[in-house]
Amino acid sequence: MQRKHTRKSSSFHMTLARKKIVWAYIFLAIPIVFFAYIRIYPTFFAFQMSLHDYNPLAAEQPFVGFENYEKVYEELSKRKSTTKAAFRNTISYVALGVPIQLFLALAIALMLNEIRFMSTLYRILFFLPFVTSTIAIAWVFRMLYQPRFGLFNIILQLLSLPQQPFLTRPQQALPSVLALVIWQGMGFAVIIFLAGLKQIPRTYYEAAEVDGASRWHTFRFITLPLLNPSIVYLLVLQTISFLRMFAPVIAMTEQGRGGPLDSTVTVVLQTYREAFQSFNMGYASSLTVVLFAMILGVTIIQLSVTSRRIN
Amino acid sequence: MESVTPSNIFKDRGAASSVGRAGQDWKYKFFSYLLLTMISFTMIVPFIWMLSTSFKPEKEILRRNVFPVEPTLENYNEVVYRTDLPLWYKNSFIVAVLSTVSVAFFDALAGFVFAKYEFPGKRPIFILFLTSLMVPTEMLLIPWFIMSSNPPIGGTWVDTYWGIAFPGVITAAGIFLMRQFMQGVPDELLDAGRIDGVSEFGLFWRVAVPLSLPAIGALCIFNFLGNWNAFIWPLIATTRSEMFTLPVGIQQFSSEADTPWNLIMTGASLSVLPLLIVVIIFQRYIIEGIALTGLKG
Repeated sequence: MQRKHTRKSSSFHMTLARKKIVWAYIFLAIPIVFFAYIRIYPTFFAFQMSLHDYNPLAAEQPFVGFENYEKVYEELSKRKSTTKAAFRNTISYVALGVPIQLFLALAIALMLNEIRFMSTLYRILFFLPFVTSTIAIAWVFRMLYQPRFGLFNIILQLLSLPQQPFLTRPQQALPSVLALVIWQGMGFAVIIFLAGLKQIPRTYYEAAEVDGASRWHTFRFITLPLLNPSIVYLLVLQTISFLRMFAPVIAMTEQGRGGPLDSTVTVVLQTYREAFQSFNMGYASSLTVVLFAMILGVTIIQLSVTSRRIN
Repeated sequence: MESVTPSNIFKDRGAASSVGRAGQDWKYKFFSYLLLTMISFTMIVPFIWMLSTSFKPEKEILRRNVFPVEPTLENYNEVVYRTDLPLWYKNSFIVAVLSTVSVAFFDALAGFVFAKYEFPGKRPIFILFLTSLMVPTEMLLIPWFIMSSNPPIGGTWVDTYWGIAFPGVITAAGIFLMRQFMQGVPDELLDAGRIDGVSEFGLFWRVAVPLSLPAIGALCIFNFLGNWNAFIWPLIATTRSEMFTLPVGIQQFSSEADTPWNLIMTGASLSVLPLLIVVIIFQRYIIEGIALTGLKG
């Protein structure tokens, strides 16, 4: 009797457990197909394309081994090439954009954290650019940069300063595009920093105050170390987003070419033009694989930094 | 210790020990407000410029006045009746709604399974989903384009709503977010439902989903914003003007010889304004949602 009861209840559990397994797979069926076919398969497809002279308009797509990668290397070794400019500019965008954006965002977050009155209004205002369409706002900035009727030159004139060409001169074009990107993405970093600041226990500050620590010391020895997770998170996220820059450049440069004289072109823009304007899809795929490797590198650095902190 | 100053009264942290700080606090706050107000200006001036240009008659565009001397609705008239902008609007809306509904349903369902079910292969499948986050979408654009031109079902996906939307109908980040949230759904509640004969789908739909509405709401808002502003894939997936989304259409305005600034600014205003309203209404959820996912990430 006792035995029978046990078996009965265990078989009931078996069926329930099995039923749950079956349902789990039924629920996951469409997502599994989606990730396999729309995410994983194309990843391998991209690697495979990068090993072919892939032109969708040609009759054949011959296998060429690592020739496309060799071509990337050749282009990078040339004194001047669009591919080289694309990589150099992309690195400039990251190297300038990330620190400036994070520094400004941290300064704003520290000020916002200090005030109460109107702080919600400020937060909304800083955040608005982040949720607007990059294409739309990049065109607005392109107009603001115009020589005769653009706002920035109007302001320069009011201040009796010389007029600037901004987007039409190679030396000024990259910083001009960068200004838009920093401006647009800053609100996001502010929100993350504010959330990080709210996590720091108030008692730490009270203790520092009792000890008579200066504002700078409080920031240097309490705020900054405890804000480290937010800083690492933003460094990685913003680095990746600057590495993937595309829309602002296509919207702000003549015919979306990344000019003048390749001074603003990015890796993704170069990939787009090679793949969809010249139909060199094999070469373009090898460029995206290099981009993937760069992003993976950033992610691995983040993981090692984060895990070291936990240890 | 410094002496007690009258500006003491401005201090807001009741700690009795912060006597010396009080005078500084006041100054610090003042400069904070001053700087924040100045920065706020730089945040809204481009929007004001965009709006004001959209009301300028053509002859005023190249002049240096900030606000239109003779404001006109002619630009709006022109983009609504003489361009495909109303179609782009419709396309953006359809694509954003379709993918948001799909993401809300499938991300929540997959999140529910990963949070509440044990089954063989759970870990590898979850890792499979998450690794897709490591691959930048830029790498998939060319394969997606080839797949769209020659899909397993249907003649071509190029210039169709499905073709624009398919890369984003399920998202790994959303599944991860929903899994975190659904872990908070009590197992007792689900087991009680099972004893009452509620189906497994019923448990998801009538127990887990109602308890996770805040997270699903945040997911929907982000996803809608992301799809509304999406640019690079819609640019590749559409070739006919009737199928463009708003950002693609605005970008194509300039293809002609000269730049029709007034029309571009009108198109930009029309694409930005509805979003600004959404953001102002839902700002608390958006900001909290970003902070939440940001800290978890």
